[in-house]
Amino acid sequence: MKDLKPAILLFLVFTFICGGIYPAVVTGIAQSLFPRQANGSLLVDRNNRETGSSLIGQPFSAPQYFWPRPSATGGFGYNPAASGGSNSGPTNPAYLQTVADRVQRLRDSGLTGEIPADLVQASASGLDPHLTLESARVQIPRVAKARGMSEDEVVRLVAGQTEGRQFGLLGEPRVNVLELNLRLDASKPE
Amino acid sequence: MNFADVVQVLACLGLVILLVKPVGAFMALVYQGERTFLSPFLAPGEKFLYRICGVQPEEEMDWQRYGWAMLLFNLMLFVALFAILLLQHLLPLNPQNQPPFSWQLALNTAISFTTNTNWQNYGGEQTASYFTQMVGLTVHNFVSAATGMAVLIALIRGFARRKTAMLGNFWVDLTRGVLYILLPLALIAAILLVSQGVIQNFSDYKTTPLVQATNYDQPKLNAQGAPLKDAAGKATTETVAVLAVTIPMGPVASQEAIKELGTNGGGFFNANSAHPFENPTPFSHFLEILLILLIPAALTYTFGVMVGNPRQGWALLGVMLLLLVVAFTVLQWAETSGNPLVAKLGVSGGNMEGKEVRFGMAGSSLFEVATTATSCGAVAAMHDSLTPLGGLVPLALILLGEVVFGGVGSGLYTMLAFAIIAVFVSGLMIGRTPEYLGKKIEVREMWMAIVVILTAGVTVLILSGIAMVTPAAVASMANPGAHGLSEVLYAMASMANNNGSAFAGLNGNVNFYNLLGGLAMFLGRYVPALAVLALAGGLAEKKYVPPSLGTLPTDKAPFALWLTLVILIVGALTFFPALALGPIVEQLVMVG
Repeated sequence: MKDLKPAILLFLVFTFICGGIYPAVVTGIAQSLFPRQANGSLLVDRNNRETGSSLIGQPFSAPQYFWPRPSATGGFGYNPAASGGSNSGPTNPAYLQTVADRVQRLRDSGLTGEIPADLVQASASGLDPHLTLESARVQIPRVAKARGMSEDEVVRLVAGQTEGRQFGLLGEPRVNVLELNLRLDASKPE
Repeated sequence: MNFADVVQVLACLGLVILLVKPVGAFMALVYQGERTFLSPFLAPGEKFLYRICGVQPEEEMDWQRYGWAMLLFNLMLFVALFAILLLQHLLPLNPQNQPPFSWQLALNTAISFTTNTNWQNYGGEQTASYFTQMVGLTVHNFVSAATGMAVLIALIRGFARRKTAMLGNFWVDLTRGVLYILLPLALIAAILLVSQGVIQNFSDYKTTPLVQATNYDQPKLNAQGAPLKDAAGKATTETVAVLAVTIPMGPVASQEAIKELGTNGGGFFNANSAHPFENPTPFSHFLEILLILLIPAALTYTFGVMVGNPRQGWALLGVMLLLLVVAFTVLQWAETSGNPLVAKLGVSGGNMEGKEVRFGMAGSSLFEVATTATSCGAVAAMHDSLTPLGGLVPLALILLGEVVFGGVGSGLYTMLAFAIIAVFVSGLMIGRTPEYLGKKIEVREMWMAIVVILTAGVTVLILSGIAMVTPAAVASMANPGAHGLSEVLYAMASMANNNGSAFAGLNGNVNFYNLLGGLAMFLGRYVPALAVLALAGGLAEKKYVPPSLGTLPTDKAPFALWLTLVILIVGALTFFPALALGPIVEQLVMVG
């Protein structure tokens, strides 16, 4: 049993190093070099009130806002306290009915033509803050009409909130829905 | 696949290949006890640590003692984590006042993180305190990974040494793995992740207002918590307005880095690496893929150096890369082809259910093959919502036995067991003496290699069979029909092979999966690990047989292809019937 002593002591030492010192050092460096990111990339309004995170999507359903992707988080859509996807299988009849209902809702809002998949299929986290450029584009007429803006104005706002591939290479071009809707509100209050 | 997809995937894999030699050579120095550029900073601390812990670093162990030390240490890990989970409510750093885990869930979770599986029957942000995540789970992420690497190094020494029973010192291998390899890499990775937006703080969860309020229907409950029914017997609901939401916080980056690097895969949040706070940008996404593949890939070079012929390592890496690229291509094709049942509704584009826009199709596919080819099990897209053939890919990668890169250490030792089988079978076929790396392959080696390879497979099939006839296990399925079978098969495969990803619709937090899953993870980790050590002990005692005309060269392409075929044939023979009833049937249903 002479290996029992190292088993216990090494475990305690590693707990101290990997569970104490290491996270503390990372926190220290993170908070001094990247305080905004380390604390959740929070957005603040004019009164310095925290209004959400640029990384966490929010639910929008009113016609004057761009709608985000569907969300399957616990309780209600875009609930950051219970992240997760639908975990629906591709042939599940209940799931296909849900997608059909979402398509119908978009049709009722005046959308014609093919609907981009990300606009009717829920994200993995349920908090996806982004839309594809196509999904933003098809919503422009509705938003412009609801706000009494010209489509050109809305197109310009969307373009201003569009992110390209990172370093011109990685990921997909995308639009941050929350930031876009905040821009809309700022440029043309209800 | 478009041009941008091809470029980003090649860039990522190319970077992994470029890093194999420097990182692999560094790890060889570390495990051989030689000086590295980190020695001036770490060696004094390392010596001090041995002194206070009662470790004699020069003392060598035979395979029994090495295995015993490994088991004792893992027992400590299990007991400590089990206790932390049950006592979470009494421990510090619990700003959300999370209650303790149930004993069944705590048992499953403690085994899961001790065995480097990181299967999670809980959602992090709703269940675990910061203390649990940091002092419990993060520590296990480091040391369970270092345990797997130590067992691999003992096996490599078995091949490299001659006429000795000694395989090295488990405590030294464990300590050096953590101090010199995992900690420095994790520290760099964690800072890079924070720069992208991964959070790292100890704040309370934040409550922030919604720009547009939302509402939802909540079932009405009576005083006893049972649903209230109306006159027609239907459950009644009330509409609840939501004006503000709660955003979870925590020390995420420090855990995220080691979660990928140690092929652990247990997420801080329920959505794992799909959560924007775990994986906020395309750069963080590809960095995480790189971290997942880095050590398992580089260990092939470490192996080559330590057995005196780096080409032996490159041959194994070639097999892994070939299988990875094939798997990626199938998954990417299946997902971009989309779901015809959804397309019928007037929807265009690939299957986006359970995927994030920022990673794109190719990024999602690459992450999912990397995480299941290795035994990581983190997810950035939901496997349950992949198309049937797409979902077959991660399942198949797990069922092949976690040899395509595999877990840190465990992947390569399982691959070496396959190499022994391949050498033996080809020896039978062409009448050459079965030898691998100058060691004769005899009865004991074959027995141990078979135990290493078949333990997980046998466990998967038996437990999936039991699940199918257990009503409580069937009731956990989230999707009907063939897809439900895939969910159960995936769960058992993932736990027995210590992967930890899931077809996550399955409700695993029931006694059946908590307890039998715990058993699967335990068997899948320690039976092969002990067999590997027994194999190593036997090999070390053999004398070296110099290569002759009758020796099959194992560092060349023909052997690599043969090894690939052996892996595929063993996998197909074991699992084809089950796969035919699950994903393959569902694919046929979907395309009509």
